[in-house]
Formats: sequence, C-alpha cells, structure tokens
Amino acid sequence: MATGGMTEDLRLVGISKQFETFTAVHPMDLEVPGGSFFALLGPSGCGKTTTLRMVAGLEEPTGGRILIGEKDITSTKAYQRNVNTVFQSYALFPHMTILDNVAFGLKRRGVKGANAAAQEALDLVQLSQVAGKKPAQLSGGMQQRVALARAIVNRPDVLLLDEPLGALDLKLRRQMQIELKRIQSEVGLTFIHVTHDQEEAMTMADSIAVMNGGRIEQLADPATLYERPASTFVANFLGQSNLLQARINGFGADGVALAQTHGQDVLVAGDNVPDGIQDVWIGVRPEKLRLGEAGRNRLDGVVTDASFTGVATQYLIRMPWGFEVMLVQQNDGSARAQVGENVVVSWDPGHEFVLDQHQAGDAGVGLGDD
Amino acid sequence: MPYALLAPGLLWLIIFFVAPMITTLSTSLQEGNVDDGFVFTGNVAIYWDALHAYWPQLVRSLVYAGTATVLSLLLGYPLAYYIASRRGRAKNVLLVLVIAPFFTSFLIRTMAWQSILASDGGLLVKVLGWLHLTWLFDAFGNVLQFLHLSPNGEILYSPWAVIWGLTYNFLPFMILPLYTSLDRLDGRLLEAARDLYATPRDTFRFVTWPMSLPGVVSGTLLTFIPAAGDYINSRLLGNTQTVMIGQVIDSQFLRVLDYPLASALSFVLLVLILALVTIYVRKAGTEELV
Repeated sequence: MATGGMTEDLRLVGISKQFETFTAVHPMDLEVPGGSFFALLGPSGCGKTTTLRMVAGLEEPTGGRILIGEKDITSTKAYQRNVNTVFQSYALFPHMTILDNVAFGLKRRGVKGANAAAQEALDLVQLSQVAGKKPAQLSGGMQQRVALARAIVNRPDVLLLDEPLGALDLKLRRQMQIELKRIQSEVGLTFIHVTHDQEEAMTMADSIAVMNGGRIEQLADPATLYERPASTFVANFLGQSNLLQARINGFGADGVALAQTHGQDVLVAGDNVPDGIQDVWIGVRPEKLRLGEAGRNRLDGVVTDASFTGVATQYLIRMPWGFEVMLVQQNDGSARAQVGENVVVSWDPGHEFVLDQHQAGDAGVGLGDD
Repeated sequence: MPYALLAPGLLWLIIFFVAPMITTLSTSLQEGNVDDGFVFTGNVAIYWDALHAYWPQLVRSLVYAGTATVLSLLLGYPLAYYIASRRGRAKNVLLVLVIAPFFTSFLIRTMAWQSILASDGGLLVKVLGWLHLTWLFDAFGNVLQFLHLSPNGEILYSPWAVIWGLTYNFLPFMILPLYTSLDRLDGRLLEAARDLYATPRDTFRFVTWPMSLPGVVSGTLLTFIPAAGDYINSRLLGNTQTVMIGQVIDSQFLRVLDYPLASALSFVLLVLILALVTIYVRKAGTEELV
C-alpha cells in the first residue's frame, strides 16, 4: 500500500464530556500531528477512552470542537467520519467471513474493488490465508490483526486504537507492538493509541498525552515524559520515582542550585528548578542512583531489601529519616550489598527532576503497574 | 453413557409422536363405519379422494397461516427490538406483558375478538362511536371488501378476522425467540458498523437482521406450524368460506365419524408442513444461523 498523500492534523479544541453528574473529560485542547503515532495514556477512568470515542463519533462531546485539518467534524455522525477504530473487543462481525469483515467499510462507501483492497489489507497483516474463514475460527491474536486490517483498509484520516492489545498475552503483545509500529510507518496514517500500559505507550508512540481525572497532565515525547515529568502523577505513573522533600536555598556560580533535604545538602541542576519555587520534590529514578560514593550527592542508608532479577538488583534503602528509596543496580560486576548493610547512595546533579511540593508525593503510585 | 440421557426424551417421542403417526397412517388405510367397525384394506385411494375434496381448505390453511406469520413478524420484530433495547425493570415488565395473554385460555381470547369486532354492539364500534368516528369502522370494512378480505364489508366473520385471530394468538411465539436473539446481539458490533460507514439502515440490513435470523427462523416456525393446523380461529371468527383444514379434520373425526378420511387429511397436513419447513430451513441456511 502506498502512503496516502496528505495526512491532516487532528485538533481537539476545548473538548469536554459530562455524564450526568460525572465529568469524564474536562475541557481540553489537543493537537495530534498528521502521520504521527500518538498515545493517550492513563489509568482506567481517566477519560482516555471517552476522548477516543468522541473522536470516533460514538460519543457526543458536551462542549468543544473536533477538527481534522480545517474541517470541523464535531456534528457529523460516526458513519460520516473518515475515522476508524480498532476496538478492544475487536467487534468482528461473527456472521461474515474475514474478507467480508475487512471489506465492510469500503462496501458501505461504495468503493469499487473492495474485495481486492481487503485482500491487500489482509496481506499487510499477514492473514491472506484465512480470508474465507469466520472470526470464531481464528485465535485472539489473529482476530486482533483482522480488526486492524478492517480499519486500515479504509485509509482513515485518523485510526483509533482502543487498548487493542489488552486481551493478548505478554509475548503476543510485544510482537504486536512491533507489528503495529511497522504497519503505521508503512501506511503513514495518524494512529491514536489508547492504553493504560506505560511501557506499551513508550515503545510505540512518538508522543504521549498522560491523562488523569479527565485532564491531560503532560504531553511530550516518551524520553521527556520519563526524564522530565511535569507532575508527581506522571513521575509515579511512568516507571518508579524516588521523591525527596527538599528546599532550594540558593544558586551556585556553576549553574547548580543548593538544596537541603532532611538536613542533608544536595546539589541540583539549576535548569531543572522551576522558577520562583522553594519547596520542592527532588525526583531521582532508581537506575540513576548508585551504590557507593561515585556521585556528588551522597546520602547514608541501610539496605532493607534486595531482590535479584538477573539483569539487575533492586534495593530498598532506608534513609535516616525513615523514607525508603529504591535503587536499581545493573548487573555489571560491581559488588552487591547485603540486607542490613550500611551503604552510601549517590547520584550526580542533573540526573534529577524537580517538582513543586504542592502536589501529593504519592499521586499515581501503583496505578501504572498493571 | 451420555446416550442414556436421551432415553426419556426418546421415549416421549416414541409414545406421543411416532406411535400416533403410525396409528394415524394405518387408520387412514382402513375402510368401514363406526357401527360395523373398521378393517385395514390398504385403501390408498382415500388420499386422492381427500386431496380432491379438500384441497381448497388445505391451500387456504397454508395461505392464512403464512399471512399470519408474516404479519406476526412485521408486528413482532419492532416490538422485540424495542424490548431488547430496554434495561432492567422496563424490560421485565414488557416481557411479562407479552406473555400475559397466556393466563387466559386460547378459546376465551379468541371469543373475545368476536365481541371486539362485532358490528352490532362490538367494543370497537362502540369506542369509535364515542369518538364520533363510526365512519372509520365502516371504511375499514369497505377496504376489506375491496381487498376481497371480507365478503360483505363485515369485519367479523371474514378472512381478515381469521388471519387477524391467528396473528394475535401466535404473536407471542414470534416475539419471544426474536427477543432472545436480539437481546444477545452485542451492541459493540453495532458501534463497529457505525464506525465503518454503515448508516442506521445499513447497520440493520447487514448486521442486526442477519444476526437475528436464528430468532426469525424459530419465530416463524413456531407461528406457522400451529397456525396451519388451527381450527378455532376459523370457526369462531370466520364464515363458511374461510374453513381451514384443521376444522375439516375436526368435523370428520368428531361429527361425521369418518376416521379414515380424517386420518388421511391429518397425514397430508403433516407431510405438507414437514416439506415446507424443510425447504424453508434449507433456504434460510442453517449453518449461517449460529
């Protein structure tokens, strides 16, 4: 399949959704560049699926507008929109053959050569051999790819994926992630992928909007989200974070800020400190912490737990003030610590992120684990 | 061992279906009269006589039953669709209302239509009278007469009344299977169709209707088969020109006491219905009905 000419941007302007007394999506703006692989990431109930359904036309927004390019599609019906969805349940038509399923959209629009195009789409997902079968005769992974082919064949302006890999086992899921990414770059369509799996979003998406409580917490590329989370929710939802309560006391000459956490002086990169804020969370990812005195910032602690995972060892180390930090030590041959051992934990300035202390330090903790 | 589970059902079928069929078949081939007794003579010619004498009633039965089945489907489908789309309490109440007529005897329900449709003092003409709409009653009769569904413009005692009675009596048998298959229909499939450029009409035509076909097939069978053999509606709501085959069999058995002829007619009806049902189910494509 050749890449379509112009893939237009999708814009949501002040879009919102109210279900009786419950606000699923607060008014929000979102711009998805044409041809990109975009992910809406968040825990269940964060409004990501509702947002997706509003784009598909399956849910009517309470307010705001939806635009594809310059065209306002807010008031059009689902069947009038050049937007297709890969449903979580696949929703294949059980009474039709695989080929008829894939050709369904084209036939409804009266496109000539629907069956040939459907066959081609099945080739793309490597399922041409099952064209004559019924959905019930296929495995979950195959049904998933049929659902994808059924959506892609229509060359939609925007392809929506609603947790499409949720029902697959881990191995198949990894395989499909690579497959999806390959197909996306091959067809060049705009993909919007809704998921609660942060790893899935990070591996696949060019940019990710992290949603929480019907709002977008942060919109950025995966590396920025991970290295420079904009909120404690994002910091905890994407991977693990050690958040240390600290106070910024001043700025040094070499671009570092002087901070104090629980009576200990630490240095942070001045650029990381938000303007005009003194009370902060200093966040350090577990793999940025090191055992021993290699880093410039040093804290004493006692190992309370060590779990060896093969590629790394994960430690819990209790600080003098009772807080436990998590530290991941790569299995690179350096000496391992024992439970009960007194150790020094260190890291270098610049390896941290700094957040306003007004936010709860445990926002989003545990939500990203499933 | 699992076959043992079939035993009760099989026994039931043998005692109440196979055995009566054999006796019916054998009775039809006997000759004689009630006073002197009947003897088996293998008189196959009786079938020719029966068909020759009563083919109009046979054909009429199938036409009336077929029409009533189509009417039931037209009335029942939207209703079943509506019930299936309701939630919780409303759904249960509506289902009970569909079944409610069964609390009254079939005979009484049919007789009730006599007092509803009668032109002198019937409920319908009275209500229309209060509303100063009596002309509607007459107009309806005239339309029926024009359509040859009433000999003289009367609503009661007309072919229309018989078909209407059959439709009314067997409608629940249509609605319940339709409801079951429509209720099972996954709403997410309808969303998928909408998402794939199907207008509401297309969605019905390509998803809802084909997926409800199992219900349509069982509903039409459950309506058509008993309606074709019915003899109450044609007797209570019809006239001498609306006699159905069930009525003929009834009078041959119980009044004329010509058992061989009555048996032969029963057997012909049975074979006819079996043949029609077989063709129908084949055509509907049983393998598609999963």
